[in-house]
Amino acid sequence: MSLPQELKYTKTHEWARRAGNRVTVGITDYAQKEISDVVFVELPKSNAPVTAGKPAAVVESVKAAFDIYAPVSGQVTAVNAELEKDPGLINQDAYGRGFLFEIEMSQPSDWDALLSAEGYEQALKQGAH
Amino acid sequence: MNFRSLPELVLTRSLMTSRQLPLHARHLALGARTGLFGEWEVPLYYTSILEEHEAVRTRAGLFDISHMGEFFVEGPGAQAFLEWALPRLLGEVAAGRAVYAPLVNARGGVVDDIIAYRLGASRFLLIVNAGNVAKDFAHLQALKTLYDQKGLAAFTLVNASDQYGLLALQGPRSAEILARAAAEDFSKLGYYRFCEWKQGIVSRTGYTGEDGFEIMLETSLLDGLWTALLNAGSEFGIRPAGFGCRDTLRLEAGMPLYGHDLDDETAPQEAGIGWAVKMDGAEFYGREALLERQKAGWTKKLVGFETLDRGIPRQGQEIFKDGSLIGVVTSGSFSPTLKKNIGMGFVSRLDLAPDATVELQIRGAAVRAKILSLPFYRRKK
Repeated sequence: MSLPQELKYTKTHEWARRAGNRVTVGITDYAQKEISDVVFVELPKSNAPVTAGKPAAVVESVKAAFDIYAPVSGQVTAVNAELEKDPGLINQDAYGRGFLFEIEMSQPSDWDALLSAEGYEQALKQGAH
Repeated sequence: MNFRSLPELVLTRSLMTSRQLPLHARHLALGARTGLFGEWEVPLYYTSILEEHEAVRTRAGLFDISHMGEFFVEGPGAQAFLEWALPRLLGEVAAGRAVYAPLVNARGGVVDDIIAYRLGASRFLLIVNAGNVAKDFAHLQALKTLYDQKGLAAFTLVNASDQYGLLALQGPRSAEILARAAAEDFSKLGYYRFCEWKQGIVSRTGYTGEDGFEIMLETSLLDGLWTALLNAGSEFGIRPAGFGCRDTLRLEAGMPLYGHDLDDETAPQEAGIGWAVKMDGAEFYGREALLERQKAGWTKKLVGFETLDRGIPRQGQEIFKDGSLIGVVTSGSFSPTLKKNIGMGFVSRLDLAPDATVELQIRGAAVRAKILSLPFYRRKK
């Protein structure tokens, strides 16, 4: 299981990558393995407001649909439209071409509340399903 | 994201009530990701649902469906009893033939959908859904009590589910693989025909819409057969296949799944399996209720559809027509073979024909769907 050190994580299996005030979001390698083949993605609209801990997108595997929670509050600045054609990118490259969307953070303090790679790994061990 | 929306995947290790398949250790050794199907812990997939689905459609897949139940009905009264307990005429069914049939309750609802195999003049095998073993057995025992009171010919009803396992070898290369693994040719066996083999049967049946066999054996022989089939199948590209693709395969083939598309309240005719009910034949249990329901008019019907807008049909979503609620989705998925999003559901509009458009309510948005005739997928013969 891959867990890049430079990323932050949520207990609900989202990852977040920060560049200035912009935060890119996806689901973790653990999560993509857990749900198996992703066959459908519903992305937020550009400019849509999102709230930390609230649903912002939907990822569907063959078997079921899953809400994806925004790790931080803010406004959606970009979405990964590639996923609408090729949702399997999430399985192939969860931390890269399988990213979901990008948020312009409205409350930078949200960032500090996220888990480190170590913290997420710890949460997984405790069975944070 | 929240895995809690996928109960099958959340297998709590401390769940003491779940049951394991006889070959559970084999599945884990093959890397199976397991989940709960009723009370059974079963392989959901080994590598990927999509890969296993494709293997079954193009080559072969091997399923362990030992969770299913096996009942034996034997004795001079066996045929007469089953002709009353099942809405089909078994007198026309020769030894070595099997029939699909619903078990009907007193209200005309479906207790279960099963396959009845005639082993001999007065010996029958019933293979029933795992989740319904206890309910079916109780239902049949209650019918047996009623039947015995009439003082007719005797028979025994035995639940042998714990003594037998079942493997399903499915896919276009199945006959070649089985011939090699069993050192015996079963390719002449017709659809819904079977023969006794070792301490069990080899049957030309399945739940995938492909050619294939279901092989019932005493549990002790299961491991040897599983290994022999995988070994014999390796050069044909066989894959162990889990319950994930079993569901997508049966959905493409338009086959109902008990608990989703069939239940205790729905009449067989409403669920599209009226062809397995002989209404104008002999008396059978539940017939009066079905005649009454037929006279009053069926209240719903099972239809298939594909979405025209983005969205995957899922069980529980509401179906609308011209703004009115007309039904609910009972099964739905991305179709790996057709590369479309498909589903089945009950609608109260009995007049809806293929090509009609309905709307599914998916996460608060209306998603247009087109009615299709079932099955979605039919193999080339």
